[in-house]
Amino acid sequence: MKTKTSSHKSDMILRDAFFKITGKTMKKTSINAATQGKAILALEDGKIFTGNSIGADGESFGEAVFNTSITGYQEIITDPSYYGQIITMTHTHIGNYGISPEDMECAKVWAAGFVVREASTITSNWRSKQSLQEFLKFHNVVAVEGIDTRALTRHIREAGAMKAVLSTQDFNGSSLVQKAKKSKGLVGMDLVKYVTCRQKYVHENRKKGKYRYRVALIDCGTKANILNELAVRGCEIHVFPASAASTDILNIKPDGVMLSNGPGDPAAVKYVIETVRKLLQHLRSNPGPAIFGICLGHQMLGLALGGDTYKLKFGHRGANHPVKNVETGKIEITSQNHGFCVNPDSLKGKDVKLTHYNLYDGTLEGFKHRTLPAFCVQYHPEAAPGPHESKYLFDRFIELMERKK
Amino acid sequence: MPKRTDIKTVMILGSGPIVIGQACEFDYSGTQAIKALKKEGYRVVLINSNPATIMTDPEFADATYIEPLVPEIVEKIIEKEKPEAILPTLGGQTALNLAVALAESGVLSRHEVELIGAKLPAIKKAEDRRLFKKTIQELGLDLPQSGYAYSIEEALKIANKIGFPVIIRPSFTLGGVGSGTVYTREEFIEASAFGLDASPIREILIEESVLGWKEFELEVMRDTADNCVIICSIENFDPMGVHTGDSVTVAPAQTLSDAEYQRMRDWAFKIIRAIGVDTGGSNIQFAVNPNDGRMVVIEMNPRVSRSSALASKATGFPIAKIASLLAVGYRLDEIPNDITKKTPASFEPTIDYHVVKIPRFAFEKFTGADQTLNTAMKSVGEVMALGRTFKEALQKAVRGLEISRHGLGADGLGQTKRVEKALKEGGRFYEELLDEIKYKLRTPNCDRIFSIKCALDLGLSISDVVELSKIDRWFIKQIKEICDWEKKIPGLFGLSGEEKRDFLFKTKQHGFSDHQIGYLTGRAPDDVRKLRKRLGVIPSYKLVDTCAAEFEAYTPYYYSTYEREDELKPSKRKKVMILGAGPNRIGQGIEFDYCCVRGVLSFAEEGYETIMINCNPETVSTDYDISDRLYFEPLTAEDVLNICDKEKPDGVVVQFGGQTPLNLVPALSKAGVKILGTPPASIDIAEDRKRFVKILKKLKIPQAESGIAFSYEEAKRIAHKLTYPVMVRPSYVLGGRAMKIVFDDPMLKEYVGEAAKVSPGKPILVDKFLDNAIEVDVDALSDGRDVYIAGIMEHIEEAGIHSGDSACVMPPHTLTPEVISMIKRHTTNLAKALKVRGLINIQFAVKDSVVYILEANPRASRTIPYVSKTTGVPLAKLAAKIMTGKTLKSILPAEIIKNGIQEIKYVAVKEAVLPWTRFTNIDTVLGPEMKSTGEVMGIDADFGRAFAKAELAAGSVIPKSGTVLISIGPRGKNEALPIVKELIHLGFKIIATKHTAEFIRQYELPVNEIYKISEGRPNVIDVIKNKEVCLVINTPSGKASRADGYHIRRSAVIYSVPIVTTLAAARATVEGIKARKSTNWSVQSLQEYHKNEKKIKPKQ
Repeated sequence: MKTKTSSHKSDMILRDAFFKITGKTMKKTSINAATQGKAILALEDGKIFTGNSIGADGESFGEAVFNTSITGYQEIITDPSYYGQIITMTHTHIGNYGISPEDMECAKVWAAGFVVREASTITSNWRSKQSLQEFLKFHNVVAVEGIDTRALTRHIREAGAMKAVLSTQDFNGSSLVQKAKKSKGLVGMDLVKYVTCRQKYVHENRKKGKYRYRVALIDCGTKANILNELAVRGCEIHVFPASAASTDILNIKPDGVMLSNGPGDPAAVKYVIETVRKLLQHLRSNPGPAIFGICLGHQMLGLALGGDTYKLKFGHRGANHPVKNVETGKIEITSQNHGFCVNPDSLKGKDVKLTHYNLYDGTLEGFKHRTLPAFCVQYHPEAAPGPHESKYLFDRFIELMERKK
Repeated sequence: MPKRTDIKTVMILGSGPIVIGQACEFDYSGTQAIKALKKEGYRVVLINSNPATIMTDPEFADATYIEPLVPEIVEKIIEKEKPEAILPTLGGQTALNLAVALAESGVLSRHEVELIGAKLPAIKKAEDRRLFKKTIQELGLDLPQSGYAYSIEEALKIANKIGFPVIIRPSFTLGGVGSGTVYTREEFIEASAFGLDASPIREILIEESVLGWKEFELEVMRDTADNCVIICSIENFDPMGVHTGDSVTVAPAQTLSDAEYQRMRDWAFKIIRAIGVDTGGSNIQFAVNPNDGRMVVIEMNPRVSRSSALASKATGFPIAKIASLLAVGYRLDEIPNDITKKTPASFEPTIDYHVVKIPRFAFEKFTGADQTLNTAMKSVGEVMALGRTFKEALQKAVRGLEISRHGLGADGLGQTKRVEKALKEGGRFYEELLDEIKYKLRTPNCDRIFSIKCALDLGLSISDVVELSKIDRWFIKQIKEICDWEKKIPGLFGLSGEEKRDFLFKTKQHGFSDHQIGYLTGRAPDDVRKLRKRLGVIPSYKLVDTCAAEFEAYTPYYYSTYEREDELKPSKRKKVMILGAGPNRIGQGIEFDYCCVRGVLSFAEEGYETIMINCNPETVSTDYDISDRLYFEPLTAEDVLNICDKEKPDGVVVQFGGQTPLNLVPALSKAGVKILGTPPASIDIAEDRKRFVKILKKLKIPQAESGIAFSYEEAKRIAHKLTYPVMVRPSYVLGGRAMKIVFDDPMLKEYVGEAAKVSPGKPILVDKFLDNAIEVDVDALSDGRDVYIAGIMEHIEEAGIHSGDSACVMPPHTLTPEVISMIKRHTTNLAKALKVRGLINIQFAVKDSVVYILEANPRASRTIPYVSKTTGVPLAKLAAKIMTGKTLKSILPAEIIKNGIQEIKYVAVKEAVLPWTRFTNIDTVLGPEMKSTGEVMGIDADFGRAFAKAELAAGSVIPKSGTVLISIGPRGKNEALPIVKELIHLGFKIIATKHTAEFIRQYELPVNEIYKISEGRPNVIDVIKNKEVCLVINTPSGKASRADGYHIRRSAVIYSVPIVTTLAAARATVEGIKARKSTNWSVQSLQEYHKNEKKIKPKQ
């Protein structure tokens, strides 16, 4: 969460046109490493890491987390689910293939800060239009390179995700630690309201064709690729702000409702939980719409059904977590990004079938309602970044909508 | 699904001798497989002809057959051992081809044996390029355009359609033999002809050139439930056009965006499923056009490969072990990840460091060989390094190569002085050097990585270098950053305090060695080391954990880097550090890894904590479950001492890793590190000619007379005193480099000219050459008091041929008891005088019943595994016990120490395997310079049978009947006569070149004369090409007929006609023929051989 002035509003309205924005602003200039200043990352427990700034000047607060994906830094920093977080990439060379307009998950960078071991001073990819450093500066993101990211990761693993500050202005360690301590954390915070779209819009599908399904997407900070995956399957997507009422949604007579990913503590997003609860209520007496939740959407469904959520020590962020699909017995390597989890015990007696779990730590990764056409997964079948093998879940959503037609 | 219970016995096929393209990575994979399957309760039967391997140590498999990897022999073993299943995916291309042969010849169905891992249809789909292409096209995936041809006419038609340049790939050849890129019609015709001949089915693929495209590899695993994972992505630094084995490669891929990487991953899964590899690992290669991202599939290996070994070491994920478990029915999620213990193997490793592999070449051994790199592999080994950045890993890898470089330049070696001079002088010198460097960037070669550095130093831009080399700009930029940082280093000592410390720390982060920093600042490397330690600039050690620190890891696999946090927690236990042998090269290969591993296991048995240091990713020693702690580090004084500083071992073992650790002894001793075993002073004596001669004089061990010459005149004087022939060599080289046997003054003059060119101002050594002497290798084990003569090996080729290239036999078959006891006496005396604690190898030459010493090495030799496996006495294991302070008497029965190997009732022949097919334009004669890459062993009841087996295992089928082509040089005709007589007696027809035919005719023996090349057609080459002869005996002669001899030998190699180039080998071949004619093959496991020799069981 930046303390500096934020320009959410204008970004929100334009989110569906982000290709145009980024395409226009991208230009090639070279980065001169020598002119870069110092940047310090301070954690609330007193740990301090000093490196070189590779982004904007400023001071930024957030939860320090790490992501173990080797590729996909661009998708990661533009994913609204990272709102309020300072992301450390565990892989050591970041920025090698630059920034490409096609790989934006949103029109802007949502992460509160970015931490890498070494940012490439050259870009090498035929699609690349800009360097990572230029991109970070343009989007006003405070970022640092040259710290022992493995030490930081090990520390977060042992001590848990925690509040942090990344600064290019204040180089006084103890002052920074105090600031980090005083900053607001994530727990109990509704961050969805900052990243959701301001008003309802219909997703502009670049491949114009006949729509076969109408989907209402409750935007808690959706990634572009959720929209893409639905669009390529013939969905007309009506994107609703997270605050939309269930009646608004049902008014467009959707075949399906997509509950998007999003940042922060799910329990704090009471209004969305309430909306989902009402949609489920509607389903008890109507055949549709089918509901599909991803990540925060999965947590929304769990909470709406009366379950509860808890915070993981340091979350799941990466592209290599194995998830077992209980129904098929198959393993999916998944794209993950969440700090909170639905407690499976809390879903007992809720007429729910647990369908997916994480083979690393046994946490719940997906469930479906036994009688209603509603299902969800904690991980990211839309990938971007990450493996593609879970895309079948979008097909399943389509099947459910087809069946209820 | 749990493991299969319908299988009790699994047979594992090894990969045979080390050859270019198939090295010790398959010992690594096979050893993992044996360990994994045995642990699961299966009975494991192993067949491999390579005695130097760890897997053929009889303590690993339940039944170990060191036998030729041919269907008829394997069938005999199947009959005997009755396995239910054969696992063919861990023994490289050799095992896969053998599996195909077994399946197609009906052996498998006849004995109801199942192929596990990969079934016949899957192997064929992946290996047969036509089926592969069809499969890929059906999947809708892109490939380079191509077509198959069975004749030169067909080939031309296809090439014209695609347009030049094109790539030619013969079907079913190993490591890309006969593959290559051709640019013109003329080249194309020649290459097609060669390719058609190289292919066992006379088929070649002509393919669109994707030269200069980016090359990637994915390591895929699949289980019975169709779960697929990618273990590692590898990016080739050298773009398409250079064999991946000859490319510098990095892991993970660096220049693919997530979108591109995931697309590649999707394709890989589609391919492994369509090919139908039901379980295990596969390697799939892709090319990507850097200009538009077009991706094409290049090839797939439906088995564990060299890249799998690299991927295993790069990530910590044991591919071979997991592949073995999947083959017997386990699923990925049923197998735990050893490293985290808590998570399953069904995941994709992610890494938070950078891995660089650099191939090791041996062109210096093959003068005249074409050094351009192309699609046929030429490197003999490789080194891997880990660092937090590419820059750090690259410089570590370079210094691990052991090519006397201390990093990427900045060491005053290679071209660095010339670059410095060019920059200072400019002008023509600059222009000429720049042109030379530009050529080296355009033409892939083994020094290209250095040339890039030179080019950037000379002022070429990144874009220029990219344009010339087609190497991705990201890599070139990284090297540029090394160059730029280097320029700042001379100012190091001008800095002070915190600034100095920070700068030094960052310099180390760029991978610069103390040696390089010393060179750039005019200090000794040791001074830099002292400064570093004083300023606290010391490496930290990080863990290879498969998960980028997301989970706690339990596996002690470390690499050094310069970072804030050190994860190492050394124990207080008593511990030894074992230094490995580094990259494979000619003269130092897998044998030493065998010794290291056996040593490590033995020290562990004795209660020591074991620490292994090595940088060769192909080896068993760098498997993290062999030692208590593994450091994947270059074997330089700096890197080893850094680890010593942290670990403080009770002793360092230098005698198992070949010459590499011995070279470090002075630096280690100076730093106060304790060397276990033979004292450093003795090692020094053996390496110092003068002091060594003194000891020999004292012990009355005869040595060939010799002298040192600084000029031709001096050399001539010495040669005349000693009388010709003499052996000459430059004084500074080891291991037979540039050695030559000289017969007269003109040859001597020529040599002195050449040698002087190699080492200006350095003297040459002139030794009396013991003409026609029998060479003998001895391995012995000593505790300083007693000496156990472990093996006396009689060479088949005469002295003068490098011991590594000569076949040899145990027990000796022509030496008299007197000579043998003399050898024993000399060995015992020398071992005692050198205070050997552990192993010693001595080479002798026997002439006229006098035993001369040639050289002694107080360390494990190349023959230790061969002797151990022949006798059943595990020498490296026992040597380790002696190093812990045990006496020989406490570990071996007294009568064994006394009598040893004479008890053996069978014969084991070791034969060298040579890389002739790899290098065109080089002569195939043996000499004092070692050229073989590997070895095989034949073991049987008598010499003839053992020799025939060894030859068969080496790929040369000893004929039972047919026609023999004989061409003998002027110096050997009389000696050749009995051989000719014997061959005729055995029913062979003889054809011979003019002089040889005339000579044979004198004795009224039947012989047909054949034209030499210049005399007309059909000539000697024609009969070889047409396979009208089944054996060629051709000994090199004086200069006159050298050209003919050369072509005869090359043709025999190209058309795979067995050839012998010495009369000694010809005599042995005759013995082999007799054995082949009189008996059928029979097989016996090592365990059976050793059981029968009950008396030589060592004490435990």
